[in-house]
Amino acid sequence: MLRTEREQAELIKEISGVNTKKCMKCGKCSASCPAYEEMDIRPHQFVSYVQNGDVSALLKSKSIWKCLSCFACVERCPRDVKPAKLIEAVRLMVIRQRGGNYLSPDEVPELLDEELPQQLLASAFRKYSK
Amino acid sequence: MVYSYYPGCTLKNKAQDLDRYARMSAEALGFTLEEIEEWQCCGAVYPQASDEIATKLSAVRALNDAKEKGQDLVTLCSGCHHVIKRVNDDMRNVEDIRTRANNYLALAEPYEGETEVLHFLEVLRDRVGFEALREKVVNPLTGRKIGAYYGCMLLRPSGVMAFDDPENPRIMEDFIRALGAEAVVYPYRNECCGGYISLKEKALAGSLVDQVMESARDKGAEELITACPLCLYNLKNSGAAKKLPVRYLTEILAEALGLSTK
Repeated sequence: MLRTEREQAELIKEISGVNTKKCMKCGKCSASCPAYEEMDIRPHQFVSYVQNGDVSALLKSKSIWKCLSCFACVERCPRDVKPAKLIEAVRLMVIRQRGGNYLSPDEVPELLDEELPQQLLASAFRKYSK
Repeated sequence: MVYSYYPGCTLKNKAQDLDRYARMSAEALGFTLEEIEEWQCCGAVYPQASDEIATKLSAVRALNDAKEKGQDLVTLCSGCHHVIKRVNDDMRNVEDIRTRANNYLALAEPYEGETEVLHFLEVLRDRVGFEALREKVVNPLTGRKIGAYYGCMLLRPSGVMAFDDPENPRIMEDFIRALGAEAVVYPYRNECCGGYISLKEKALAGSLVDQVMESARDKGAEELITACPLCLYNLKNSGAAKKLPVRYLTEILAEALGLSTK
């Protein structure tokens, strides 16, 4: 990883398209988040962490594996900040690195059952692996 | 009326009922779902990052196929609908994505978002009409108390999906009423079932599904319908709360139209 944290923060802003300065810290994103209880860094905090260039904490956060991409935070943000896009950008920054995948094909046989839909595997691989 | 139709991977496998009842019902209602040729998996989740181009191309190919036939593109699975509708919005409105996708695909004529993407329910509401549907019902579902489960992907983000009011939708309730049943409105109908999280985070998915089930049961629902194979799977298989039966919306449609649902 050659980039500085500040450069990483700029890349996150660029590929997410999020303007972190628009956030007015109302917390509605976190209040709407179904995975809030499971997150160590909450959706509203993602915005300020990126704004402050504190990317290393985000890259280690388990929140990136808890986000459901349900878009409740995107829908309900009164300032159209789109926290889910920041979380996705951080997740991509992790899985685009060698060894960063959260799901390996080797794990799949044990996770399968008779009814499990293809849609679940396709979604999970898109979210968790490159 | 003939529509281009994108079934998606799950409707060819675990969700064959969703597909089969849709095609049967469409014919009974006077329209045809014409499957596009050589469609590819949409990827099931919309790639949100602006530098993700390759993961959007399968949706663009489907959209362009419909454009070349001069047809609207109909989807059923919530995941496919979400991805294809949002990629279409990118192709219309995001110049960088449009340029790079077209550079890659090198189509005879660039694709610029011309195709209209319709969910099957939107065809029923906006093209067939729920009143006309009601008149075609031969086996009204009288006395059934059915809750609509919307989930996330049909509704949000509403600026792009433009499917219904994202916080207080009614299209599925209107659909249920058109079939002669009672539509049970409950608070968690547009909350997440857990989606792909159910593969590795079973406890979280379970708690979300339990909230949905308890909310629906509390308001008096005796069964649920959904458009999404992943929602159906999670609702049936995650969590510990007592389960209501969950069916695809096309199954109760075919039933009400008097088509065989054996």
